[in-house]
Amino acid sequence: MIGHKLLLSGLSLWTSGRSRWISRLLGGMNGHGKAPYSSCRPKVCIVGSGPAGFYTAQHLIKARPDVDVDIYERLPVPFGLVRFGVAPDHPEVKNVINTFTQTAKHTCCSFYGNVTVGKDVSVAELQQAYHAVVLSYGAEGNRSMGVPGEDLAGVYSAKDFVGWYNGLPSCQELSPDLSCETAVILGQGNVALDVARILLSPIDILKKTDITQPALEALAESHVRRVLIVGRRGPVQIACTIKEVREMVNLPDTRPEMVAADFEGVKDAVKDLPRPRKRLTELLLKTAMEIPGEKEQERQNNASRVWSFRFFRSPIEILADLDNKRTAGIRLAVNKLEGSGDGARAVLTGEVEDVSCGLVISSIGYKSLPIDPSVPFDSRKAIVPNSMGRVQQAAGLYCSGWLKTGPTGVIATTMNNSFDTARSLVEDMDSGTLDISAAKPGSQSISGLLEKRGVKPVIFLDWEKIDSVEMSRGEAAGKPREKLLTVEEMLQVVRK
Amino acid sequence: MALVAALRRLAHVKLRDYSPRMAAVTSSGWLKGQRSFTTRTPCLRSDNKVTINFINRDGEKITVKGSPGDSLLDVVINEDLDFDGFGACEGTLACSTCHLIFDEDVYKNLGPVTDEEMDMLDLAYGLTDTSRLGCQICLTKSMEGMVARVPESVADIRQSKDGSS
Repeated sequence: MIGHKLLLSGLSLWTSGRSRWISRLLGGMNGHGKAPYSSCRPKVCIVGSGPAGFYTAQHLIKARPDVDVDIYERLPVPFGLVRFGVAPDHPEVKNVINTFTQTAKHTCCSFYGNVTVGKDVSVAELQQAYHAVVLSYGAEGNRSMGVPGEDLAGVYSAKDFVGWYNGLPSCQELSPDLSCETAVILGQGNVALDVARILLSPIDILKKTDITQPALEALAESHVRRVLIVGRRGPVQIACTIKEVREMVNLPDTRPEMVAADFEGVKDAVKDLPRPRKRLTELLLKTAMEIPGEKEQERQNNASRVWSFRFFRSPIEILADLDNKRTAGIRLAVNKLEGSGDGARAVLTGEVEDVSCGLVISSIGYKSLPIDPSVPFDSRKAIVPNSMGRVQQAAGLYCSGWLKTGPTGVIATTMNNSFDTARSLVEDMDSGTLDISAAKPGSQSISGLLEKRGVKPVIFLDWEKIDSVEMSRGEAAGKPREKLLTVEEMLQVVRK
Repeated sequence: MALVAALRRLAHVKLRDYSPRMAAVTSSGWLKGQRSFTTRTPCLRSDNKVTINFINRDGEKITVKGSPGDSLLDVVINEDLDFDGFGACEGTLACSTCHLIFDEDVYKNLGPVTDEEMDMLDLAYGLTDTSRLGCQICLTKSMEGMVARVPESVADIRQSKDGSS
């Protein structure tokens, strides 16, 4: 299996075939015989350079080769969660960067990093300069647990923890305390499993990835030996997917530890489940209930680290140590299920359970934040209200990615979501709903504004300098790259 | 079986025709000491091609040729086939966007599916009992004329529903 993956992950695999494909993807089609192209080039601005931004740009450029697309990004470096969210030991998932790079280097596309929309330039100013603005800035906030003790030392959001080990500049001061033996992760989605896996992976594996040097050093000194991954409902409702569970089961030097009682009735429920859920549940059952063969039993006996799924538990309080400063444990409410399948609800039983731990990581979801008061925002759902990517009651304003649908889904989900928004935008251009008859200045006027405000955008060629520095530093360390960890360092490389 | 075919490809790379892309793969270091294979060698036998029919999302049939050993994703790329978002992870079993659907009899001849492929396939939108990931199917002469349908690709079902409702 691993050999096969290595076989196909050599990126030079695609060579001329792929770049031909991409240029066809981007440079290709004529209009659809609808409204004739305007004599000026329509200008579209995209805010955010993660998968949503890039996939929206990709689809736009392909469908309307007369459009100029400018992508604005707050950081000097592009790619959003592909760079800062995808786990270091999942490099194949980052292959989409190649597609994004092709898009960025297209003649119709320009990247402007180091520009904070909402601070350096307002959405209203962008709307004046562009025919359409697409908001794709994702979800940089956290859902909080809303329990007492959440602010104690030793409690982190998964978003910040992941940002820390992935080199997100705003998370570099996190300095998580890994001196305790037990860590509790709330939430059982793939992000929770990524965190567990990074906490428990042998250093020999991690040191060959693009995990940051400070994180690697901290993990090398870590005393964490036991990670509990806690969910409100049962095994049949678990939110993660099978690939990630398999990775835990196969993680070297670790063994699983589950509570058999949590699996009561699950075996009977399995036969009626659709195949994907069935396979996942069967894997969980096997891991929890099956007596391992001799070899596996020996491997488990020799393992120095433990991971565990705990079900039917919700956090109600983080417990402090005697000085009332640090986390010493977590109080969990015991739940039971009402209903079954996806719709089952967790209901309190009144029982509680205390678990000693020194590290609590809450992985219950990211959350979008409003960046500009002029943009409609639904604070309950934490999204920009929209219909098929068209922002409600705001002509010329669109949204794609997590900002549009909420912070769930993998890259491919975001891809489809972004293609949808691009389709809406193209429809509006074709039909005349979006007026593109009058020329607009686009980046020309915005560049002028930014210069007056002392903001120096980072263009894609500049990012390639940063990219090159990171890769050559990485080579020296036996890693794919050694990420620059501060905006200052990134800008220093650019200005050289 | 895709995996065996792929390994066989590498093991016998001296004896078979191979595309320049394969050479790039072998030079990626997986087989150290075979760096001499980084140069191009022309495919000697042009009748060695396999005809594949793709049905795109508009229901149109597109007929192309590929070389034995190429994956169906390779064929899509080499022939510049315009399937939106196809092959996002570039054939590394990290997504489900190269999802293809086959007729029952064709499916049976594609060989067994690895757990790894099944794990990603499970996340594909519109999964059927005769679905496969195109990056894992390597062409053989016996696949001559086969039909592969590109399904609608609304969403990878890996959308965690924890607390979002």
